[in-house]
Amino acid sequence: MEADIRFFLTVTLNGLTLAALYFLVASGFTLVFGLMRVLNLAHGVVYLFGAYVGFDVMEATGSWTLAIIVGGIAGAVFGLLVHVAILSWMPGQELRQTLATIAVSVIAADLMIAKWGGLSYQIEIPDILFGSQTLPLVGRYPIFRLALLGFAVGVGFLLWLMLNRTRLGMMIRAGVDDRDMLAAMGTNVPAVFIAVATLGAFLAGVAGVIGGSALAISPGEDTRVLLSSLVVVIVGGLGSVGGAALGAILVGLAEQYGLAYTPTYGVVYTFAIMVAVLAMRPQGLFGARA
Amino acid sequence: MTGSLSPKWTGLACLVALVFFPWFATPFWIVQIGAQTMILGIIALSLVWLAGYGGMVSMAQLVTAGLASYVVAYFGVQSDPALGFRLPWGLNIVLAIAAGTAFGIAVGLIAVRCFGIYMIMITLAIAVGFFYLARQNMGFFNAYNGFHGIRAPTLLGLSLRDPIPFYYLCLLCGISLFGFVVAAARTPLGLALQGIRDNPRRMQSLGYNVAVHRVVAFGIAGFIAAIGGVLRVWYAGSVSPGSVGVGSSISILMIAILGGMTHPIGAFVGALLFNLIQNFAIDFIDRERFNTMIGIILLAIILFMPSGLVGLVDRLRQDDRRGDRPPRQTAPNASQQSPKIKEGNHP
Repeated sequence: MEADIRFFLTVTLNGLTLAALYFLVASGFTLVFGLMRVLNLAHGVVYLFGAYVGFDVMEATGSWTLAIIVGGIAGAVFGLLVHVAILSWMPGQELRQTLATIAVSVIAADLMIAKWGGLSYQIEIPDILFGSQTLPLVGRYPIFRLALLGFAVGVGFLLWLMLNRTRLGMMIRAGVDDRDMLAAMGTNVPAVFIAVATLGAFLAGVAGVIGGSALAISPGEDTRVLLSSLVVVIVGGLGSVGGAALGAILVGLAEQYGLAYTPTYGVVYTFAIMVAVLAMRPQGLFGARA
Repeated sequence: MTGSLSPKWTGLACLVALVFFPWFATPFWIVQIGAQTMILGIIALSLVWLAGYGGMVSMAQLVTAGLASYVVAYFGVQSDPALGFRLPWGLNIVLAIAAGTAFGIAVGLIAVRCFGIYMIMITLAIAVGFFYLARQNMGFFNAYNGFHGIRAPTLLGLSLRDPIPFYYLCLLCGISLFGFVVAAARTPLGLALQGIRDNPRRMQSLGYNVAVHRVVAFGIAGFIAAIGGVLRVWYAGSVSPGSVGVGSSISILMIAILGGMTHPIGAFVGALLFNLIQNFAIDFIDRERFNTMIGIILLAIILFMPSGLVGLVDRLRQDDRRGDRPPRQTAPNASQQSPKIKEGNHP
């Protein structure tokens, strides 16, 4: 009985740490969508690119912090390039933009296989975060995963501060509600778009390095990450960071409980959640009605 | 463009060429190019039907076909007798097409409340989820391994496995379904669907049940895709998670974009082009980098010819002022945004 409880709690913690990772990826995705109405399907590739660059930096310098920063910057540069070179040429044409990001992700995923091969890598965890910590009831649990949880909460808090307490955040929120009015008020909307596209890609790159440390980096991870981001933002509501957090928790927990208790049907739960939410609130739990 | 390029004569010429094609071609051309183009074209046709007439871009068409492939394998003859459940011959095909249609309707029921870009997201999520389910599930999908040794049947002493009969089977299915889609677009249902594509709210207030029409459209698309799936599993001889991967789903979208989604013929034009690139790209580029090249081509088409090759031909014909039908300006992407964000300044 006690073992059952311990198992349950461990699985719960696993679900929450997975949710933390999903939140990091999906928060950028949802911001970009909320503001620009661009469904950036290259988001998964940005994650993977950040992870690979972070891996190379880690191998070269041995500094995990540097790996995170450079991985984030690499993601940001990539996202910025896609936005400036492709997406900004077809403003307002959502479908074309979406298709273009698919093309970008096909090219980028293939070029990354050319550069890094089909092997699976893992970024070394720094000593300070290595090992495990004894928790009440759960027993020993990897410190790194706990740190990941804390990190995601921190990022969520910073995003909240940025959105609710800064001028940029104010512009972003206004843009999500009514882009045309924001432009009419004299805001340089394209500049805000660039800022958000860069921020979203930066978060994806950072998430890539963290995901590459917690799990692994290999071709195909981009799709997995893209799927979870899609489901997380569909469940949470497009454009809502709070929704991304709630969606990430639901999806992360469902995936881990599914994996632990009914191994072959893990994916089904994720979809059950998605379908249930769509049936009751098509705009997502926190989404505004379109 | 010469004056003789009327759609009717071009169509007839293409039909004659397609029918007599095996007389001159090698088995490689008959099967790899001919039959495979038809199969990919049929699956892409289901997407063009949804996107071109219904304004609904579904990424789940390939997995719909994939489900039909799995049903054919599970309920039919394949290499491992311990797997699956063998139904009498023919029943597995009927079941596969029924399953594909039902799956299409189910996808429609889930996706129908969303428009435009949201629908892409949801159908993409369904496609990816299907792939992971196929890879994890042992009971029905046989997980990683999938099913092998699936063969096209022998009908009246004619083995459909042989290149020429198989080509004609695919051709017959392709042409019938093409005709079916063209005809369906002119039925009251098809016309209502196009009305819904252009303005769902107006159709709703005219008394049309928008949701039901869209779900039915998804069901029809599922039916078309399922036939493609049956042919595809006979062509490949096997079905595994790899054949329902996201890459393949994206390929179908690419085919539709290459050919253009404004007319059903775009599906087959796109499939032919895609197939030729796939088979002959290795002459120009390292086989490993095929995806890079196809991605660049796709990007170029999205940037410079948003309505695909068919759109290009239409445009040329209009420039010629010989267009004997009203100009098409109903690319699916022109329809589903609210007017306030239509500010296109594409090149």
